[in-house]
Amino acid sequence: MLGRLKFVPMRILQAVPVAFGVTVVVFLLVHLIPGNPAESILGAQATPARVAALSKQMGLDESLPQQYLHFLSNLAHGNLGQSYTYQTSVLSLVLQRVPVTLTLVLYSVVLMLIISVPLSAWAASRPGGARDHAVRVVPLVGLGMPQFWVGVMLLLVFAVGFKWFPVGGYGQTFSQHLWYLFLPALTLAISVSPVIIRSLRSSMLNVLESDYVATARSKGAGGWSLFSGHVLRNAVIPAVSIVGVNVGYLVGGTLVIEQVFAIPGLGSLLIGSIQARDFPSVQAVALFVAVFVVVVGVLTDIVYTLLDPRVDLTRRIEV
Amino acid sequence: MPTDTQLKPVLSVQHVSLGIRRSEGHWDPLVRDVSFDVGAGMRYGLVGESGSGKSMTLKAIAGLLPRGVEVIEGQAWFGDEDLLTMSAGRRRQIMGPKLSMIFQEPMTALNPTMRVGAQIAEGPRRHLGLSKKAAMDLAVEMIARTGIPDPVRRARAYPHELSGGLRQRVMIAMALSCQPALVLCDEPTTALDVTVQDQVLRLLTQLCEDMGSALVFVTHDLAVISQTCSRLSVMYAGQIMEQGSVRDVYRAPLHPYTEALFESAPDFDDPERMLKPIPGLPPSLTHPLPGCAFAPRCRHVVEACTTSAKQLAPVADSRLTACDRVHEIFEVNA
Repeated sequence: MLGRLKFVPMRILQAVPVAFGVTVVVFLLVHLIPGNPAESILGAQATPARVAALSKQMGLDESLPQQYLHFLSNLAHGNLGQSYTYQTSVLSLVLQRVPVTLTLVLYSVVLMLIISVPLSAWAASRPGGARDHAVRVVPLVGLGMPQFWVGVMLLLVFAVGFKWFPVGGYGQTFSQHLWYLFLPALTLAISVSPVIIRSLRSSMLNVLESDYVATARSKGAGGWSLFSGHVLRNAVIPAVSIVGVNVGYLVGGTLVIEQVFAIPGLGSLLIGSIQARDFPSVQAVALFVAVFVVVVGVLTDIVYTLLDPRVDLTRRIEV
Repeated sequence: MPTDTQLKPVLSVQHVSLGIRRSEGHWDPLVRDVSFDVGAGMRYGLVGESGSGKSMTLKAIAGLLPRGVEVIEGQAWFGDEDLLTMSAGRRRQIMGPKLSMIFQEPMTALNPTMRVGAQIAEGPRRHLGLSKKAAMDLAVEMIARTGIPDPVRRARAYPHELSGGLRQRVMIAMALSCQPALVLCDEPTTALDVTVQDQVLRLLTQLCEDMGSALVFVTHDLAVISQTCSRLSVMYAGQIMEQGSVRDVYRAPLHPYTEALFESAPDFDDPERMLKPIPGLPPSLTHPLPGCAFAPRCRHVVEACTTSAKQLAPVADSRLTACDRVHEIFEVNA
């Protein structure tokens, strides 16, 4: 078991070039904006003298490779720069926001599983039946609706209408977090679940038709013992990689949803910083999101290996 | 209905017909009017080519019919319960401790994400009320009894870490772990390497003998039947063509299909004999013939064969054939 996890250090090493690529893109973000960044920060009314001063302060008078090296060395020292709007270190700003967004993402993954696993099992138990068609079609509506619209609707009905949930914010304690973040997490789960339900349903059907399920039945397994003992784990394996890919999509989704529900996470920081042309903050958020997605990729591989004993990523495939 | 043994049979299959339902009251038949009895501790063979309905009959008995295939009529008496109309709950109670099954494909018949020891222990835990530890000890003991070396270590292996022969031994250990009265075998050696077929077969019959379990053996391999079984039914196009003791049938078949089947298979006692293929193809199951199903391929066919349906009928001491012309074609020693 543990022997098969020997790939993990190697896999992390492989993520290093990806991380470098990310730093290049993040660094160039500032320079993708037309004109001088200092000019766009200060606005149209700025005097040339002030622009020149800020350019010098930002190091914009150096060559691009020199600037990149500076950026990297600062990064290595944990210095992501000062936020122009908040006047504090960007790192502390981002670290404050990361737990919020992370909780939201994990919460929506959990809700997604709570929605997808029973629904797909329910559909797969009677393939071609009414419940199967319902489960295949209804969630597609969730896929078709824009996330922010679903968020606004949930907000109007359950927070404004029924007053079951707060309209926005994050809360103080953990149980409050769960309560405050329920609607936004549900919004995200609704948008990703259809894909997971479809993949889980078809893999469950495959597993139910498989010879080893017949073997399990011939041992007297049925109902819950069959599902939990033989069907679920095998059916989840192909879905794991799809969940892994979609977590990246979820992170993108949180950035928008945080705006709708006024959640003080990375998304609201990012959008606020873009509007304020607070480039160091934008860079820091982009960097964290990218690193998070890379980490999820490694985690997906680990989960995959733990679930399926046949997967051995330590072995090289000879072609 | 003549019984195959004097004792009360373990399994008595009575007039079973299976089919795919097309509309209300209309089926495409897959298996028609199949009856046979399996005595306690007996090894019974069902032989036939692909599509003869032998596996489907076995699946009906095991309650593992594929979606869409239904029992049209008939009973399969197991003790005094009918396996074909049994509730799902009751079926789960008897599958394992009373009745178990060995499948054809050892490569796919084991759960790929579960250690084989745990898969063997699953049945005993459920049915014999053993603790996790005791069930695992039993699993290791069963692995040892199937002749797998180093059973403690093998019990911790996943199926993909074992060869086909070892996996089929694991399958046998699993099927016999609760000492069932009857084991259903669906081509258990077909997928195996020829060099291990014989070992696995011997092991299977030996263990069943030790435990007093009866066997129903489905195969297309005549040599396997002659080696393991005492009685057999020869199936063709969903019907039983001939039934009798293996010795009698192999010595002197009483149906043209059985005769043709023997001539098409190699005989190691007479290696000089040329193999004679059976001309033509089995009839389409969706358009059953009005007369004998084998008539279009039969070398003894006459006009009367193609008009009226044939019934399995006794011809000699505990021998049955579905051929009307048996007395004209074969020498029957009554």
